[in-house]
Amino acid sequence: MIAAHLPALQIVLPLLSAPLCVLLVRARLAYALSLIVCWLAFAISIMLLGQVLDGGVISYRLGGWAPPWGIEYRVDLVNAYVLLIVAAIGALVITYAGPSVAREIGGGRETLFYTSYMLCLTGLLGVTITGDAFNIFVFLEISSLSSYILISLGTDRRALTASFRYLIFGTIGATFFLIGVGLIYQATGTLNLADMANRVEPLGASRTVQAAFAFMAVGLAVKAALFPLHSWLPNAYAYAPSVVSAFLAATATKVSIYVLIRTYFSVFGPEFSFEVMTLGPVLMVLSIAAMLIGSMIAIFQDDIKRSFAYSSVAQIGYMVLGIGFATVLGVTGGMLHLFNHALMKGALFLALGCLIWRTGSVSITAMQGLGKRMPWTMAAIVGGGLSLIGVPLTVGFISKWYLLLAAIDSGLWWVAVFILISSLMAIIYVWRLVEVAYLSPSPDGAPSGEAPLVMLIPTWVLVLANFYFGVDTRVSVGVATEAAKYLLGAGS
Amino acid sequence: MSAPDLILLAMAIPLIGAVLIVLAGKSPNLRETVTFATAISLFAVVVSLVSGVFHGERPAVSLIEILPGLDIRFEIEPLGMMFACIASGLWILNSAYSIGYMRAKKEHAQTRFYACFAIAIFGAIGVATAGNMMTLFIFYEVLTVSTYPLVAHHQDAEARRSGRVYLGILLGTSIGLQLVAIIWTWFATGTLDFREGGILNGHLEGPLLGLLLLLYVYGIGKAALMPLHRWLPAAMVAPTPVSALLHAVAVVKAGVFTVLKVIVYIFGAEFLRETGTGDWLMYIAGATVLLASFVAMTKDNLKARLAYSTVSQLSYVILGAALFMPLSVVGAGMHIAMHAVGKITLFFCAGAIYVASGKTEISDMKGIGRVMPVTLFAFFVGALSVIGLPPMGGSWSKYYLALGAYDAGELVFIGVLMVSSLLNVAYLLPVVGRGYFSRPAGDDGSEKPAIKEAPMFCLIPLCLTAFGCLAMFFYADQLYQFLRPIGGG
Repeated sequence: MIAAHLPALQIVLPLLSAPLCVLLVRARLAYALSLIVCWLAFAISIMLLGQVLDGGVISYRLGGWAPPWGIEYRVDLVNAYVLLIVAAIGALVITYAGPSVAREIGGGRETLFYTSYMLCLTGLLGVTITGDAFNIFVFLEISSLSSYILISLGTDRRALTASFRYLIFGTIGATFFLIGVGLIYQATGTLNLADMANRVEPLGASRTVQAAFAFMAVGLAVKAALFPLHSWLPNAYAYAPSVVSAFLAATATKVSIYVLIRTYFSVFGPEFSFEVMTLGPVLMVLSIAAMLIGSMIAIFQDDIKRSFAYSSVAQIGYMVLGIGFATVLGVTGGMLHLFNHALMKGALFLALGCLIWRTGSVSITAMQGLGKRMPWTMAAIVGGGLSLIGVPLTVGFISKWYLLLAAIDSGLWWVAVFILISSLMAIIYVWRLVEVAYLSPSPDGAPSGEAPLVMLIPTWVLVLANFYFGVDTRVSVGVATEAAKYLLGAGS
Repeated sequence: MSAPDLILLAMAIPLIGAVLIVLAGKSPNLRETVTFATAISLFAVVVSLVSGVFHGERPAVSLIEILPGLDIRFEIEPLGMMFACIASGLWILNSAYSIGYMRAKKEHAQTRFYACFAIAIFGAIGVATAGNMMTLFIFYEVLTVSTYPLVAHHQDAEARRSGRVYLGILLGTSIGLQLVAIIWTWFATGTLDFREGGILNGHLEGPLLGLLLLLYVYGIGKAALMPLHRWLPAAMVAPTPVSALLHAVAVVKAGVFTVLKVIVYIFGAEFLRETGTGDWLMYIAGATVLLASFVAMTKDNLKARLAYSTVSQLSYVILGAALFMPLSVVGAGMHIAMHAVGKITLFFCAGAIYVASGKTEISDMKGIGRVMPVTLFAFFVGALSVIGLPPMGGSWSKYYLALGAYDAGELVFIGVLMVSSLLNVAYLLPVVGRGYFSRPAGDDGSEKPAIKEAPMFCLIPLCLTAFGCLAMFFYADQLYQFLRPIGGG
């Protein structure tokens, strides 16, 4: 009975818990509630993936209204996989949040944090699970509005301008998306994605469809922080509270990329997207620029959170590059990196949160001698960093393997060269941290001692996941390959 | 225990050792006991596999499928067997030497030192026993990353700078070139297994084959082929035991070993010989042999001179592989062993001189033979072996390399080998000559200097390896027979 309603529960549970957090008033109670709900959401996402693997696509009619008139929650391999990523990160980050939120946010605003966090999680899960274009917009706005709040909770006053900037960009992005949806609705008369896909095809390359495609693609590119529309991201990640940086870096852009994939492949179909609209070269050029410029800027940042934020811009380039190949190998690489990058950046930002908890700073000077002062935190940064570089036995290696293989498979050698250059730049921006932390002596009176276990354990769970999924790739590669085949097969 | 289990055991021992070393960090004596126990048990396990391999067995075991169709797989063939024996056997001696050296110099962070050492050996054994290129690459990188803390051991500005060069070149080339070569191979052939006769025949041809070879040999930065050799002299900032075992044996030999493996089991030496697309490699290797020897002559710092000597000697192995003849390939394999024993002796001696007298520059070592006669004699023996003079092991590998060059009709490389030997004489023997026959400035020879050797923990290992150079001369034929299958003959 309950099993049949899992798609609804996936959204309703976190949604309901958000106002409850406000009513609970006490931070501790709100934390406990969010903790339980997030882990439940994670459990549900696992069960959903299991159901999809067993029985194929799940179509859930919300309120019993049949699609295409009612809202349909549609879970296939692609979004079951993304749901799992979002929910898993959501659960790990909330577990970690207690002490970090108390120290960085505090002052009676903690319940506000938990409320926004749950809303944001709801929005991200909702975007992923829904099969309705307008519904995507609604959830996109839920997640965005709540993330503006989350970012503005940062201790640094620059968090406010960062949040405002994100608000402007996010609104433009969402509006563009909505315009695209409006145009396509005008042309097809439907908002249901599956139905839309059927009706778009006979329309061919009409101007309305092309305009709709362009609006949706650009709008989503803003939300996904694809270069050169990324400028909201670095400050937003740098000045947000640590928990928020970790959560958003690991999930928010991923969900936008998921919608991109959905739009390109499922709605418009690979033929229209990549042959009529020649999206391939556009995506490749932009993503390569993202990889090179993002990595380059990351090297010169003194603020480590900013450095990793720029690294995220580069890593988003990897994901989009994979999509740009529009081959099974390429899309597998992109989807894999979606998962793998969530693990890397989740681990790294959580480790930085431990650093802030102890020292109150993430400038590179605060890391002098950190190898001695916070050995476990620093080891976590090294572990995540190795994965970011793409050393074998880490997930980063697996992503790189597939992207390079896809480049060779498509005969695009020059793309392979850029992937490698960007990897080499990652060595630089990761290794300078290692040098400072292990080879420099600690300044006098520098705070030392580890962060609480509640924070360290989730961090290390993610770090170890980087290695575990770098060796045992059956789940990640298996699901990503199947999803890629499904996406590319759907259009033909 | 069956042979596959023994392989896994050999992989597990150094890892467990590393953990125990960290746990025993508070008590240095216990910690060093753990190192010894680990090294000895590893060697015992490795040696127990030798006779089976000699009789043609190829024990193999697959662990886990890391990517569809690609396992982490171990398989032992003669070349890897030999490399594993050298790395694990010399680790025992080097552990003794480390104790003498590290305690005498009162080095800091010794627990980290011993733990990283054990992990590096784990990497070397993994490289030696890897059953496909993917597995080899993984352990190659383990070796790179685990030796970084050893190179940067002193944590000062110079260590930092050298560490950058070290990691930059090794990680950069391996990810930037070798990984591409591996993925390309995988894409072209659908396998990365090491097979006799190679796997590329029929899948790639013409200039592309040469390009792939180029990606491999420069992607394997540890082979120190010029101009990507700079990391090796840079690595000399490390404590001498590291230079001795890792940067004369484990790391650099892992490099040339990988080159040999790639040429023999990925390309197939015969295939390359027939297509002629890899001929440029022997010229680069020959040039490296000579150029590095010339550079070595200009170095006054003993370790730097030895480092360039290593660069030169590594290219002997690459040259042997690049001649693509059965004899030269076997000669290259033998040279891995011969040079390992010779060069580790030289480094042991350099470190012993530094420990006992604090001297690092050759010009300061006048008369050192009167103070440290045993050490300098061992240096003499090691030098003879590296030069390739009988009755030392090094003479045989050079002999087979020269025969291989003759077979290949590349007589010029016999000349290269001979000139290089002369250059070796020119840069190694003056150290010995001055040490015995010169006097330091201000010493008129009126009083006999007191003998002051390094501690026993340093002295005994270097005597044993010097003896090893001699012993290898007499056991060279066994080694030749053992390695013959890799020549394909």
